Amino acid sequence: MLLTVNGEQGDYADDLTVAGLLDQRGHDAAVVVVERNGGIVPAADFATTRLEAGDVLELVQFVGGG
Amino acid sequence: MENFEQFLAKWPRERRARIAENATEEQVLVALRKDTLQPEDFLVLLSPAAAPHLEDLAQRAHELTLRYFGRAVNLFTPLYISDVCTNQCRYCGFNAKNTQPRRHLNMDEIEAEARVIADMGLQHILLLTGDARKLSSPEYIADAARRIKPLFASVGVEVYSLTEDEYRLLIAAGVDSMTMFQETYNPELYDWLHPAGPKKDYSFRLNAPERAARAGMRSLGVGALLGLDEFIQDAFCTGLHAWWLMRHYPGVDVGISIPRICSHEGSFDIPHAVGDRQFVQYVTAMRCFLPRSGITCSSRESAFMRDHLIPLGVTRVSAGVSTAVGGRATEADNSGQFDITDHRSVEEMTAALAGIGYQAVVKDWEDPTTTHA
Amino acid sequence: MEDKFILGGVELKSRLFIGTGKYSADNLIPAVCEASGAEVITVAMRRVEKGQQGIVAHIPRSMRLLPNTSGARTADEAVRLARLARAAGCGDWIKIEVISDVRHLLPDGYETAKATEALVKEGFTVLPYINPDLYVARACVDAGAAAVMPLGAPIGTNRGLRTKEMIGILIDELDVPVVVDAGIGRPSQACEAMEMGAAACLVNTAIASSADPVRMAAAFRAAVEAGRNAWLAGAGAVKAPGEAAEASSPLTGFLR
Repeated sequence: MLLTVNGEQGDYADDLTVAGLLDQRGHDAAVVVVERNGGIVPAADFATTRLEAGDVLELVQFVGGG
Repeated sequence: MENFEQFLAKWPRERRARIAENATEEQVLVALRKDTLQPEDFLVLLSPAAAPHLEDLAQRAHELTLRYFGRAVNLFTPLYISDVCTNQCRYCGFNAKNTQPRRHLNMDEIEAEARVIADMGLQHILLLTGDARKLSSPEYIADAARRIKPLFASVGVEVYSLTEDEYRLLIAAGVDSMTMFQETYNPELYDWLHPAGPKKDYSFRLNAPERAARAGMRSLGVGALLGLDEFIQDAFCTGLHAWWLMRHYPGVDVGISIPRICSHEGSFDIPHAVGDRQFVQYVTAMRCFLPRSGITCSSRESAFMRDHLIPLGVTRVSAGVSTAVGGRATEADNSGQFDITDHRSVEEMTAALAGIGYQAVVKDWEDPTTTHA
Repeated sequence: MEDKFILGGVELKSRLFIGTGKYSADNLIPAVCEASGAEVITVAMRRVEKGQQGIVAHIPRSMRLLPNTSGARTADEAVRLARLARAAGCGDWIKIEVISDVRHLLPDGYETAKATEALVKEGFTVLPYINPDLYVARACVDAGAAAVMPLGAPIGTNRGLRTKEMIGILIDELDVPVVVDAGIGRPSQACEAMEMGAAACLVNTAIASSADPVRMAAAFRAAVEAGRNAWLAGAGAVKAPGEAAEASSPLTGFLR
């Protein structure tokens, strides 16, 4: 299925959860915040939230800043 | 939001007294060097520790007054429109128990009096009444303001405490400033001084300037009647009141009046008479604390004292004063609220100010939205 | 003399806030935290890149995170970034930074005040980064800001307290802490801000870009403490050089 992740469209396996997506991309689920179609996905729901074709995801984390 | 009465509760009497008593010369000198004074600094400058530094205070006050006001002094005059009063303030000539004849001007008489004042060249007028809500109602005061507004650039009121809506009524009638003397910030003393009448309600009076500010009054004046309570107490609370109003209503011009009690009809022993040196300390400390605030000195003070206070911080004085109702254009045989000691006319005052290097200003502001006759 | 610094209901011991941007290596950060004595540290929020490690791993657990909304050009974008930051589970403090002029990087006061109002309503402890403009500052305070963070000079310029007079007015007029943010390039400038009554200073670039950030962090710590102590002690009664020592004519001679 097609997903847009951080502005880039890509083809991902069907039946993917948020946790699965993070794992597949090599991100640390403990520090990443996920926004799906404009709404925040609570970290506790990463494993149970199934993605759907056309989802727009933003994966963000804290970086250096002043 | 917290009102001033609640704020003042954080400054109990004992705390004020303690800071003033323990103030040191070092603290006085530090306060004199500060760009911005906090309430504690003001208290230090009012304290006995500052008394030996009166000349330093005066120099600082003079420099600040010149910086923010230049060599200009505003003139105004009071117009008493009614001395009917239901209060029994122990120190006041309008006390309901005094048997003097009373007068209550009608609109034509008010206009006639006002025309005399306008002809003297004055543009800022202050309407005063006694406290008699039924006779001198807010509507009566508003009518008076509306009637005379075409003659003046600015109409102020010094009347009994009103509600916020009543202040709105006055503003709609052309009133742009209100003066409210708390008399004393000591609630127990206040209660004793005002044995009967609507003025007995300390809180309603204390919070009146704030109600006027909420209503949109452009300019407020506060003041204690010096001599009622211990000097340090009411002197400090007056400055604190003005300071608090300014912080919470930054769009409102807040000034201070500095009435010192004088004799009147009837007898009243002045509990804590304020001498001239202390009086000067008050004016100069106030100027240091509130460098941008106007300070009004009435004709209760002598010409000599007023002339010497102008370089020290006084920015507004009355001229051509009568504290009796009527008396300028209409017949009057009643006595005034208090005895004035500076009887100078507008012309004499203007000349006297010029003599000490100051310009008399009869108009420093006018609401641009109103029309002028 | 007790000198408590309460911000957003939390008592802080250090009046130096530090940042995490622009270090030559992020693994310097723990030592900088230690040397600075700071308890509050800013972070930004960005999209994760593959293989990139976040900043949080480098920040000692004892530090309180102050995420900023850098990158936001409008109040709505700041609100979104604030919500994302809170979802990261590091508290509800937020430094609002709304910048739409990418050349001068000056904060947009109008949008900042709007974002402050929205985020206070959502329960955030809001610290808006602003120009030291009294009206903007009042709008933020009225909206419930826990502090205001006026800039001392344009961000990253290290030019010191160019806005000193205006910051002084904020310190005089506001009932919330004033934290000087941006522009402080040297410890002496942080000291100067504290001497005039600032509640705290936020220093990032000046520490991060130093050849020895750890030593510079210690220098800022000492400077902020010195300035605070000087303010608490009160300026001396000594006249400045060249100031008239004696008045020409007494003003109180009329009193007998």
